[in-house]
Amino acid sequence: MLVHLRPALVLVALLTALTGIAYPLGVTGLAAAVFPHQAAGSPVTRDGVVVGSSLVGQSFSQPQYFWGRPSAAGEGYDGRASSGSNLGPTSQALADRVRAEAARHGVPVSRIPPELLTASGSGLDPHISRQAALFQVARVASARGLPVDDVQALVEARVEPRFAGVLGEEWVNILALNMALDAMPLANAAPGAGVP
Amino acid sequence: MTIEGWILILGFTLIVAALARPVGLYLDAVYAGRRTWLTPLVAPVERGIYALAGVRPQEAQGWRTYAVGVVVFSLVSALVVHAILRLQGVLPFNPQGFEGVPPAIAANTAVSFVTNTNWQSYGGETTMSHLSQMAALTVQNFASAAVGMAVAVAVSRGIAARGSGTLGNFWVDLMRGVLYVLLPACVVLALPYVALGIPQTLAGSLQASTLEGPTQDIAVGPVASQVAIKMLGTNGGGFFNANAAHPLENTGALTNFIQMVSIFVLGAGLCVTFGRIVGDERQGWAILAAMGSLFLVGVGLTYWAESHASAALVAAGVDPSAGNMEGKETRFGIAASALFAVVTTAASCGAVNAMHDSFTPLGGMVPMVNMMLGEVIVGGVGAGLYGMLVFVLLTVFIAGLMVGRTPTWLGKRIEAREVRLAVFAILAAPFAILVGTAFAAAGAGTAGVQDGGPHGFSEMLYAFTSAGANNGSAFGGLTATSDFWAYGLAAAMMVGRFLIIVPVLAIAGALSTRSPAAASAGAFPTSGPLFVGLLVAIVLIVGGLTFFPALALGPLAEATASGLF
Repeated sequence: MLVHLRPALVLVALLTALTGIAYPLGVTGLAAAVFPHQAAGSPVTRDGVVVGSSLVGQSFSQPQYFWGRPSAAGEGYDGRASSGSNLGPTSQALADRVRAEAARHGVPVSRIPPELLTASGSGLDPHISRQAALFQVARVASARGLPVDDVQALVEARVEPRFAGVLGEEWVNILALNMALDAMPLANAAPGAGVP
Repeated sequence: MTIEGWILILGFTLIVAALARPVGLYLDAVYAGRRTWLTPLVAPVERGIYALAGVRPQEAQGWRTYAVGVVVFSLVSALVVHAILRLQGVLPFNPQGFEGVPPAIAANTAVSFVTNTNWQSYGGETTMSHLSQMAALTVQNFASAAVGMAVAVAVSRGIAARGSGTLGNFWVDLMRGVLYVLLPACVVLALPYVALGIPQTLAGSLQASTLEGPTQDIAVGPVASQVAIKMLGTNGGGFFNANAAHPLENTGALTNFIQMVSIFVLGAGLCVTFGRIVGDERQGWAILAAMGSLFLVGVGLTYWAESHASAALVAAGVDPSAGNMEGKETRFGIAASALFAVVTTAASCGAVNAMHDSFTPLGGMVPMVNMMLGEVIVGGVGAGLYGMLVFVLLTVFIAGLMVGRTPTWLGKRIEAREVRLAVFAILAAPFAILVGTAFAAAGAGTAGVQDGGPHGFSEMLYAFTSAGANNGSAFGGLTATSDFWAYGLAAAMMVGRFLIIVPVLAIAGALSTRSPAAASAGAFPTSGPLFVGLLVAIVLIVGGLTFFPALALGPLAEATASGLF
């Protein structure tokens, strides 16, 4: 027993120094030199101000923006409290939340693309499907006083294909889509439109 | 179910199978002390470390010495992790100013990471300082994985030994696993992870003023370095609460794929290593084939179940064609979420890219069954192999009984003591799981449950299953912060780790003292399709007999009540 104590203590100390300090700090240094943007969390800026991360979803509830999925992260899209709802497959609370979410969209449940009614695993899902984006085109166009066709074309242009044609799913990044919307020249600015 | 989904599943399986041999041969060279391309760089470091630690690398240890080494190293590790977590408030690299972790959570976490379980009863971004993530948790991600591989290799040596009575040197095996395998692989993986968007910074958060106005505070940190080892070492402890579902911990389809392959690659490779050590590679491939068949059945069932909307979604009127998207990320969809869930529970990893608690009853049962079968479907690095070898021994014994001959395995007689030890090793974790769940359901743990009824029982059963099997994933609706859960699960994790490692090493020790006889014509061959089928059957029968009643009260009851989904 005691003869094992020295190697155990020394090796735990050395492993801590090597894999717990040198390795992560070495990777941090290298990452800062080679991929500083990604290493910092892929910040997105507009007019010099950080407006979010291109990889992290944020809360949208105003009619002139595309909305993401329901979020169980804190009060919704809390970047410091990622979480799914963890509601089970037979949960009454889940069925109730779905109905409440549908009421927000103002359309019967059956007509809404399912991801807009289901909470993501992280509560920070930055994406929605093409269908879920197209579903919201009419509302966004009307709130902004823009032609539906223009908004629809904007969505279609931002659909990301599957990786290498097979991996993952097709998706639209909501923050990028909404920033592109804000950058569109406004028609005759309708009430409630425009950048806050 | 889609064509793309099946291409993903089959493509993944083929890539892992293709990597098994090169990885297995490399591991064989490393643990045999043969020269590899890293030797010129690492060997001097290695020698220095042994000198400092007072280790005589040439000294071969018997099973008792080896086992004591494992236990003492793990104990010291747990104490160090516990100390760092408790003291993180006064230690550096704490940009969020987190206080020390409360005692029960710190103890639970220390046991959890040392046993390669990585059960997390805390949210990473709301609890752990960067120092704790790096110097406590990341270190044990390396160390616990290296311990698992060391034990697997030692057991293989014992089976192959020709009467030497020794298994190798634990300290050397431990360090070789880190220095030649895990650390170089992580150095190679971490930077591409950063390139694909996984953060690696000492800052605590990224502040943003969102398009609609409110501020968003996004937790960041040294994530990529931890993700690399978390998957490769089948640890699974997430940097963030949402684990690999978090868009900064698993940014897209490519990182998801690399992470899944990382989970399986060493476990699959070790099967080949076993074959090389015992001098017949087919022995390893037979084991991998048994693992692969069980794996594909599990994936098929989960993918099918999750392609259906759950009862709650149907009740609310949701279009069922998209499947069960509650708790799943858009970028992964149904197929990659179902595949990940099966990979992570088959392999004792426990990382999740979707919330298992929100899976359909049958979709959530497959991860549970994977763990209940003893984490032998590829399994944790090393742990999967030595777990499966116990089942191989049992299969050989039962086959011997069926044909009325003295059972022999690779030319060695199997005697009563080995069979008793094997049965002990197989029943240790189920004992912890079922007794723990019984106490929880009797009232000790019901306060933490989110849902009532069968699903609530499933949450408790899943928790003890995950701990006893050293997996670490969860039905996350359960709040497992009470003392009962913290200490009860810690006890289950210790049983699931050490009451398997010690008897398995004892079996290897006994076999190492015997010389193999020339294979007789009547010996039951332990390679080939007949043996693979028998091994799969034994694994399923033992697991089924042990756990069917518990499953009937949880997921099966829920499936029956909800009309299957």
